[in-house]
Amino acid sequence: MFNKDTVGGTLSVALILCVVCSIVVASSAVLLRPMQQANKDLDRKTNILAAAGLLKEGVSVDSQFEDITVRAVDLNTGQFTDTVDVATYDQRKASKNPAQSEELSRRDDLAKISRRANIATVYIVETPEGIDKVILPVKGYGLWSTLYGFIALDGDLNTVAGLGFYEHAETPGLGGEVDNPLWKAKWVGKKVFDSEGETALTVIKGSVDTSRAGSEYQIDGLSGATLTSRGVSQLIQFWLGDNGFAPFLAKLKEGEA
Amino acid sequence: MTEKTKDILFKPVVENNPIALQILGICSALAVTSQLSVALVMCLALTVVTAFSNFFVSLVRNYIPGNIRIIVQMTIIASLVIVVDQVLKAVAYDVSKQLSVFVGLIITNCIVMGRAEAYAMKNPPVASFLDGIGNGLGYSVILIVLAVIRELFGSGSLLGIQILPVVSTGGWYVPNGLLLLPPSAFFLIGGFIWVLRTFKKDQVEAADFDMAPNTRAEVA
Repeated sequence: MFNKDTVGGTLSVALILCVVCSIVVASSAVLLRPMQQANKDLDRKTNILAAAGLLKEGVSVDSQFEDITVRAVDLNTGQFTDTVDVATYDQRKASKNPAQSEELSRRDDLAKISRRANIATVYIVETPEGIDKVILPVKGYGLWSTLYGFIALDGDLNTVAGLGFYEHAETPGLGGEVDNPLWKAKWVGKKVFDSEGETALTVIKGSVDTSRAGSEYQIDGLSGATLTSRGVSQLIQFWLGDNGFAPFLAKLKEGEA
Repeated sequence: MTEKTKDILFKPVVENNPIALQILGICSALAVTSQLSVALVMCLALTVVTAFSNFFVSLVRNYIPGNIRIIVQMTIIASLVIVVDQVLKAVAYDVSKQLSVFVGLIITNCIVMGRAEAYAMKNPPVASFLDGIGNGLGYSVILIVLAVIRELFGSGSLLGIQILPVVSTGGWYVPNGLLLLPPSAFFLIGGFIWVLRTFKKDQVEAADFDMAPNTRAEVA
């Protein structure tokens, strides 16, 4: 007769339970992965389009995405590169691989990401007249989590066309308000670089006084989310700064990228 | 439906509500009720997890060694929560993004643990399953009431459909920002408990201790 309260009984119940539970958990994860992956891809494309302000209702995201050219950029030289295949290149994975990324010194590491991939994927919307929009991937640490998103710039490569985060784990209702459409709308039309070419765009504490000089470089902070706001500000400073896309944007402007 | 099943199912809704009487599961009630759609998914997720964890715990209750029973319950609950989280990510990606960590935190929701330990360990599987549904319903009632109030008066909409035109889009309604912040749910839950206990006097608890009056000179 099985006695559950002996040492052997306890151990065997624990063992059987663990095996059964791990099979259930593992098989649900494996079986549902293709659906989750499809959702993630669709979500990423939607976010790229939404950040650029191109997202149209009622048209399939995949067909809208066809207008966008995906290119790889070497962040060290600021030029386009063909050394990687953009269809399979994964910037997130590359930033963890020592061969494809470099460690940032603490002074440079504004976005607290510790490593930056050498090559970044950028999305370009072109019209016959030239570049219409450039969409750049950004990421950085907020309060609890790394925020992953995109910032879109207009053809002048200075005016913000949109910003959106597609993955973060900030506090819902506080830092999670980075997803608030009203707040994201505040980014549109702001300028990134000042007259000296320095990265000037920051998120400030409180709301922006539009009558003051320099307000075109400032965004309202999120109330109750000081650290998330600071994180967003720093990641913009980093990714649009000299260690980020600034060299690329400068070259693109002169047509040398 | 027999009288007993009815009791198991509906008693937790008003008479023995997990939030209002047992004061369990408050944290998620604060966190996910600023939007009705999110609250509804959370209710569904919690009800499913409570029902099935009760069912499975009850199914194996005679084989659970007494000294590791909490860990065994926890393992069953945690596995179910992971499955629910995976399913949400696959079929309702947007909602699962909004719920983010809170689905995972169902594991630590006291209602699930509480029912497994207090009911499922002593009762047969079907009754335990119904008890889980009942407690899930009790939790859901409160969450839905909170979410309706918070979304309607906090952002002027319900399920994302604008009902009260807000000032920022040219309407007349000035939304109450406090309702979107978690503390407002505390006030609402407090108010809810107050109303409930005004009508159901038997829910009022006896004081645990007498508070001494403030010390005055003549007393000292």
